[in-house]
Amino acid sequence: MRLLTHNMLSSNIKGVTNGFPLRIEAEKVVEKQVEINHDFLRNIFPKIEWKAFVDASRILGYAELPEEAPEPSVLESDHEFLGKFHHALLELHIEEGALVCPETGRKFPINKGIPNMLLHEDEV
Amino acid sequence: MPSRSAQIRLVSSHPEVYEPCDDSFALVDALLADRTNLLEHRPTLCMEVGCGSGYVITSLALMLGQETPEIQYIATDTNPYAVRVTRETLEAHGVHAELINTDIASGLENRLAGSLDVIVVNPPYVPTPEDEVGREGIASAWAGGENGRRVIDKILPIANKLLSKRGWLYMVTLTANNPSQICLQMRERGFASRIVVQRSTEEESLHVIKFWRDFDIQADAKDVVTTSSILPARVMDLLPRLSFWRSGSSNNSC
Ligand SMILES: C[S@@+](CC[C@H](N)C(=O)[O-])C[C@H]1O[C@@H](n2cnc3c(N)ncnc32)[C@H](O)[C@@H]1O
Repeated sequence: MRLLTHNMLSSNIKGVTNGFPLRIEAEKVVEKQVEINHDFLRNIFPKIEWKAFVDASRILGYAELPEEAPEPSVLESDHEFLGKFHHALLELHIEEGALVCPETGRKFPINKGIPNMLLHEDEV
Repeated sequence: MPSRSAQIRLVSSHPEVYEPCDDSFALVDALLADRTNLLEHRPTLCMEVGCGSGYVITSLALMLGQETPEIQYIATDTNPYAVRVTRETLEAHGVHAELINTDIASGLENRLAGSLDVIVVNPPYVPTPEDEVGREGIASAWAGGENGRRVIDKILPIANKLLSKRGWLYMVTLTANNPSQICLQMRERGFASRIVVQRSTEEESLHVIKFWRDFDIQADAKDVVTTSSILPARVMDLLPRLSFWRSGSSNNSC
């Protein structure tokens, strides 16, 4: 699971109002290089919750992202920033671990890189 | 030329996971038939609901990946074996999709609302007793409850929520699902529709329907709600083509 996906997931338990971001418990993280694509990064940038993303990248041991979200214009010219954004968003994969609901503490396990968001009957 | 769909010998399998079948091939053929439009569309995020073996999402990534490398893919399934098998199928073809073991798009609906440019789905569409829907194991791959519509009818409003303004939905339906009524329901949500692939086997008659937001219809749809008047022209265009749709039950055989 990439941090892109972490940034798009919230706790889906019935009654939870504040389900984002899910806390990360990472047991195994792997890096896989992929070709950078500036168009994708520019298109997705406005959809990213920056603080959740920066915090998640730090938990995975990557501390190069700026605390504050940069202006979108930075994405036009700053190749160094694009490289960091790309790396944290798409090249770090949580292979084993869990996502934890910030409100209830319920754990959603991640196995073989796949988060399990299935709910028990009493949570739907 | 690189392959434009997944190779069957590289598709992973598991006894509890739906193997690529006529409906899977019909969906991939529909995407191939619409490939030029998809390339021009330049989607950012594409999702498959109910990925099973991974045959469809892998094919989509292969057919669009060369020319439009800026796309990211997401695939979901309720069956934990299916998402694992999909991962193997994707890896065997050297492509990637983010996988989530979830019910339709549960957990993604808040943050991904209005963000998906393409959704593809080959849902469990076979009419079955209601209590067979969503059971564990392989039966949930086809069991669709009354008229095969139980899961389809849950997917449609979620697709409406998740699709971007320019979003497209491709969905497999069976005659017994009453596809013309599905199209009318989607029309009320402001979507136009078109049959991309139609295929009859001895057992079933499949249609792959493409839905897209049509702003004329959205204006009309609001009128329809208030005046509930005559059907607007676009549906009238569609109806002759839909008129041969009969209802009747069918069984999945593969
Ligand atoms: C007809 S199979 C299609 C599999 C594959 N996409 C293909 O075309 O070969 C339907 C798939 O949807 C999955 N499914 C059933 N109900 C679901 C739900 N509520 N949410 C997500 N996936 C579901 C099943 O587990 C199965 O893998």
